[in-house]
Amino acid sequence: MSQEIHKKIKNNPKYIELIKKRKTLVLSLSFILTGTYFLFIIILAFFPQFFAIKIVQTVVPIGIPIGISIILLSLILAKIYIQSAASKFDDLVGDIIEDSRLDS
Amino acid sequence: MKIFMLYFSFTCSLFAHEAQAAAESNILAIAMFFIFVVFTLGITHWAAKRTRTAKDFYVAGRGGISSFQNGLAISGDYISAASFLGVSGLVYLHGFDGLIYSVGFLVGWPIIIFLVAEQLRNLGKYTFADVASYRLKETPIRILASVGSLATILLYLISQFVGAGKIMGLLFDLPFYLSVILVGSLITAFVFFGGMLASTWVQIVKAVLLLVGATILVFLIMYSVDFSFITLFSKTIEAYGSDAIIKPGLLVADPISTISLAIALMFGVAGLPHIFMRFFTVSNAKQARESVFYATGFIGYFYILTFLIGFGAIVFVSTNPLYTDLVSGAIIGGGNMALMHLSHVLGGDIFFGFISAVAMVTILAVISGLTLSGASAISHDLYISVIAKNSKNKISELKVYKYATVGISAVSIIFAIAFEYQNIAYLVGLAFAFAASANFPILLLSLYWKKLTTRGAVIGGSLGLLTVAILFFLGPVVWGEILHGDADAAIFPYKYPALFSVTIAFVSIWFFSITDKSEDAQKEIEAFDEQYMKSQIGI
Repeated sequence: MSQEIHKKIKNNPKYIELIKKRKTLVLSLSFILTGTYFLFIIILAFFPQFFAIKIVQTVVPIGIPIGISIILLSLILAKIYIQSAASKFDDLVGDIIEDSRLDS
Repeated sequence: MKIFMLYFSFTCSLFAHEAQAAAESNILAIAMFFIFVVFTLGITHWAAKRTRTAKDFYVAGRGGISSFQNGLAISGDYISAASFLGVSGLVYLHGFDGLIYSVGFLVGWPIIIFLVAEQLRNLGKYTFADVASYRLKETPIRILASVGSLATILLYLISQFVGAGKIMGLLFDLPFYLSVILVGSLITAFVFFGGMLASTWVQIVKAVLLLVGATILVFLIMYSVDFSFITLFSKTIEAYGSDAIIKPGLLVADPISTISLAIALMFGVAGLPHIFMRFFTVSNAKQARESVFYATGFIGYFYILTFLIGFGAIVFVSTNPLYTDLVSGAIIGGGNMALMHLSHVLGGDIFFGFISAVAMVTILAVISGLTLSGASAISHDLYISVIAKNSKNKISELKVYKYATVGISAVSIIFAIAFEYQNIAYLVGLAFAFAASANFPILLLSLYWKKLTTRGAVIGGSLGLLTVAILFFLGPVVWGEILHGDADAAIFPYKYPALFSVTIAFVSIWFFSITDKSEDAQKEIEAFDEQYMKSQIGI
């Protein structure tokens, strides 16, 4: 890719918008996921007795539904990303590439 | 070659002989095992042929593979004996703490969707080494990448061979070392002669079989407890003798180990050497991220199943004298075999044969994929790019590749004998620790950190690898149990080294990059913007 096109794309407001939006989304989703996961791990490491608290007729410990919820959370966050990507980012990328081809 | 053929037929006949001896005990299971293995190999062979004519492997854009199918293939690559036998075995032995593996093996996947899948696809790079050498110096990066990948692959392979040896030992009533050598040579021969291509359809078939097998097993468990989790867990407590089994603390009792294991599992996934090329079997970046999403779904579902299977095994296997040692009360074949015994209790000989076959095909497919990527790391990255450059007596890449296949398998088989009593998921967790200590930091930083330089990546990655290798060697498993027969003899007290090695890797990559003021470093930093743009939009 020539320097010129590179520069042109870089200054394209749509490119700036794409980078900004994607960064915000990716950072917040990653933060939620790693935050929840490591919160789970930290509790497990330092306060394991919390997960031993029993719910449901005193046999099912609270840790098990929490662990399984993290698996489900992973899926939900992944779904949020691919949906936002399909509805927002793909069009922007298409536009940016289109723009870069015009009068160059 | 002739010698190898002779050896091959020798092991086959030895196998047949042993099989005869064991036949009286579980002939129906063995028959089912062979029927299913032949059947699944038949399907995969047929599928592999289709693949070749469809030219969909390695060829981007004209695959005819949907995101859903590709997602299945990715989960087929990923779900190995470790997940199937290992995680359920850990839950069987340690209860609640097995959940760390179930959750940890999964949470790396969304991170791949957020940060890696589309970017790699946009850059057009198939492997971690290719991405890192996009703007960094190729030769040192390739050497480091192949060493890191080989270490990961070897540990991964060892765990698969332990699983394969255990299943064979169970079916044919053989001592472990013999069954590992036999089944190991058979699998190696199979891979050597190109029996199973690690192609998309093979992994799809395998993934479907695994998901179906595990679902049936969980259905049988839940059926036996009237579909009530309360009954399942109260029976678990009853069978174990105390409620410690459903509480944390039986596997990782200290905070350092827990955190260390968690880091390895989450960040190791993105450093695995044999997953990324699947981003290229679909036609565009959108489908690449969708495939990883489907894969995440299948893998997550599967880990919830294996977790339940572990508890099912506590209820139905640990209390059954058929599957436990009369004297010690320990499970026959070790914790890794909990799932196999469970399938026998709940589904009889036929189902046991089916599950054995599914497990074996899984192992076979994973071993094929791993051996192939290990052999290509040696023949392509190490031999062609580094060694052959400075040597006059060149042998062909294909030859190196074939020797490498046999060499890698032989080394893993020997180590598998030493690691007989280790949990399979633990060994794979360790493979993840290697991947998280070199490949992952370099991959992440080369995609997102402008100031990364070759010097930083090579020194930091090497230090990460060295740390994880040394700590593992001095730790409770190798120095303790294997070399001195006592885990407490270990010099390094923790079984899980990732907390230390990943930290060292990141810190030293950062330090040796920012202090690198060379001209090359300047060029590498300047090249970042263009690479970043390409990773974002594909041009």
